[in-house]
Amino acid sequence: MPAEVLVPIRDETDIVTARQRGRELAAAHGFSKTEQTLIATAISEVARNILAYARRGEIVLATSEHQSRPCIVVVARDEGPGIQDVDVAMREGYSTSNGLGMGLPGAKRLMDAFDVVSAVGKGTTVTMRKCVR
Amino acid sequence: MPVPILRLDDVLVASIQAALTDQDLLQLRDDLSEKVGRFRARGVIVDVTALDVLDSFATRTVRGIAYTARLRGARTVVVGIQPDVAFAMVQLGLTLEGVATALDLDEGLALLRRDAP
Repeated sequence: MPAEVLVPIRDETDIVTARQRGRELAAAHGFSKTEQTLIATAISEVARNILAYARRGEIVLATSEHQSRPCIVVVARDEGPGIQDVDVAMREGYSTSNGLGMGLPGAKRLMDAFDVVSAVGKGTTVTMRKCVR
Repeated sequence: MPVPILRLDDVLVASIQAALTDQDLLQLRDDLSEKVGRFRARGVIVDVTALDVLDSFATRTVRGIAYTARLRGARTVVVGIQPDVAFAMVQLGLTLEGVATALDLDEGLALLRRDAP
């Protein structure tokens, strides 16, 4: 398995592909089945956000090391409309896409580290990391 | 890939076989709603044993299936949520409020039979 996997997100089948690739990568790096499921679910949420808000984008899956533990780093990138106020978007139940408003805050809870960088009119990049316990 | 729907007396059983796209899930909701009427079903079982991820959209759609079936006069039991999937759903803050769940197909059928009027 290569160290970095890029999954373009253009339609909903790509959401399934992205989370399957994430699970495979996590399995290959010693994550437990439960952790694999948490990672796959978080990928699903951020991939869904790309489709809902930007229509297209990409997910890059990579591995790294943090305090000598293997980690998975997920970067979800789009060039969509961007997020006006990231703090508000991170609030539970806040959604502008008729969703549940669970996506970003939910994905954050599933991972160890979570960061959103967004510029209106330029796009959004979500970076999240989870390490083997 | 559409989800096969089997009929067991007055219960419809939808066995989800593989990772579903959003469209497949919405199709399942519509198919079940229609079949509840056609077969005069009193119960619906949605078996998600094969699903390795239930994210916010999937959870919302499964809940929608149950609410839609209820308005059509059938009760829904969701069966087979795997331990890891249940844990991830809790972490994500997702619930299936107002939807009956059971461990597996047998327990789901038993639940529907027990509560049948």
